Amino acid sequence: MKRSTTFLMTVIGFGFAFLYIPILSMIVYSFNASRLATVWGGFSTKWYVSLLSNSQVIDALVLSLKIAVVSATFATILGTMAGIVLARFTKFRGRTLFSGLVTAPLVMPEVITGISSLIFFIMMAEWIGWPGQRGFTTITLAHITFSMVFVTIIVNARMLQSDRAIEEAAMDLGSRPWQVLFDITLPVISPAIISGWLLAFTISLDDVVISAFTTGPGATTLPLLIWSKVKLGVTPDINALATLMVLTVGVGVVAAGIIMTRAEKRRLAEERMAFRNND
Amino acid sequence: MVRSRFGRWFDLKGWTLLLIGAPYLWLVALFLLPFLIVMAMSVATNTPTAPPFSFGGEHPWINLEPYSRVFSDGLYLRAFLTSIVNAFVAMVLCLLIGYPMALGLTRVSKSRRNILLMLVILPFWTSFLLRVYAWMGLMGKNSWFNGLLTETWNFLVPLDWAVRSVPMMYSNFAVVLVMVYTYLPFMILPLYASLERLDPTLDEAAMDLGSRPFQVFWDVTLPQSVPGIVAGGMLVFIPAAGELVIPSLVGNASQPMIGRIIQDEFAQARDWPMASAVAVTLLILMVVPTMIYSRYQARSEGTK
Repeated sequence: MKRSTTFLMTVIGFGFAFLYIPILSMIVYSFNASRLATVWGGFSTKWYVSLLSNSQVIDALVLSLKIAVVSATFATILGTMAGIVLARFTKFRGRTLFSGLVTAPLVMPEVITGISSLIFFIMMAEWIGWPGQRGFTTITLAHITFSMVFVTIIVNARMLQSDRAIEEAAMDLGSRPWQVLFDITLPVISPAIISGWLLAFTISLDDVVISAFTTGPGATTLPLLIWSKVKLGVTPDINALATLMVLTVGVGVVAAGIIMTRAEKRRLAEERMAFRNND
Repeated sequence: MVRSRFGRWFDLKGWTLLLIGAPYLWLVALFLLPFLIVMAMSVATNTPTAPPFSFGGEHPWINLEPYSRVFSDGLYLRAFLTSIVNAFVAMVLCLLIGYPMALGLTRVSKSRRNILLMLVILPFWTSFLLRVYAWMGLMGKNSWFNGLLTETWNFLVPLDWAVRSVPMMYSNFAVVLVMVYTYLPFMILPLYASLERLDPTLDEAAMDLGSRPFQVFWDVTLPQSVPGIVAGGMLVFIPAAGELVIPSLVGNASQPMIGRIIQDEFAQARDWPMASAVAVTLLILMVVPTMIYSRYQARSEGTK
């Protein structure tokens, strides 16, 4: 047993080295004074200065953030609804199609989702004159569609774990179904809704392929800008941008993790208190 | 409270209708309908009009020519083969690296395990594009990493085989390497989830009955983790086969993968029916194995 554990720990060590060395290397080289992105030429922060004074990058970032906030919000609303429906309504006409529609975008290669959205928007423009121009709206619509199913999965999992008896008790006490939804169900699944929003936000912010297909003139999101720059090769200011993004995300994820663990602990403690008081 | 007719309707079934209807309509309009348009487009005829397709004419309604080209033209067959081989190799490598990592994660103490799991997920939250980009920096001719590999190689092999740098960029090797890097968390997480649920007393029982550690792994642990292997495999294989971004940045342009073909047929050749037929074929290649597996799994669960 001892030898096998040593082997597994070695693999874990190498695995994490594999996962983190490229990122660390990128961070180190973002402070490289040399114009050649891969040759070390002394310490410098000039690429950060040039990055932050590049209005193209800032505009793309603002556009990406706008799309991500709007699409994550709509995706969370629709995805939560779908998650609740899948968990609570076991029988209704068209349920099979519904659950198929909720899982299909997950297994669909992005290229296919992208090209079918693009052809759809072009045909709609042809048939009903909308959308007149592709850009913010079309990207946002496509992002809502493929990120809402991730929210659905998270919410659905949480719903299946939560105790139905509380909802039934509220019904017995005379609450209307939608009151139960707002007073009981939504507060209970709120951690899942928050994680769902965060996931949808990240997916939208990170998306390249679907944005590439559904974008139009003048709507360059940050990933699209990076993609077009990186196609030409490694450049020092992208290293700086990458470092800033990795640090922001790293701090955000760690903070969110800590906050959520604390909230979960407090909730469990409160539940225990409540049950003890009932005895 | 004033109870309007709308209020009563809403209480009885309106809210259910709204709850089901909103996401349902959304997915039908923006996911199912676009896909049906692509299906219809794949049997249309390419014409020099705008938009560049029509139904009828020489091939009334259904034109299967795009599909026959998918299976006869070497360009498409080669692209499908490249995609499937690259995705398969990436999947197997992810499994070989991810399995021992996931198994190792189940053996460390609970508090350390949460930190390590967070470290597995963290790269997934950072930009996908920048993870690809990080490897471009490492694989390039002048990078420290390439230099290190070059020196190691030159030290190990006879002088005649010495190289000035290891040619990594712009090859299928680079595509597979970056795919393994970006998709590894997708393999580790489902494997970890299925391994964590296993009962350690089974291992102990097998050990007590005289099995060697490797036998225990082969006879007890591995068979029980098959669902995790399949889930992780699909999560890696499907996006890898349709990958567009990674080959565009580190791949060999003369050996395109299928995603690139779809994009080129659509944008450069303006042959929408062809692009649609390739997309539908790719989807069938992905979906049919998934469906067979889920049916097989449902049946084996039914017999339990």
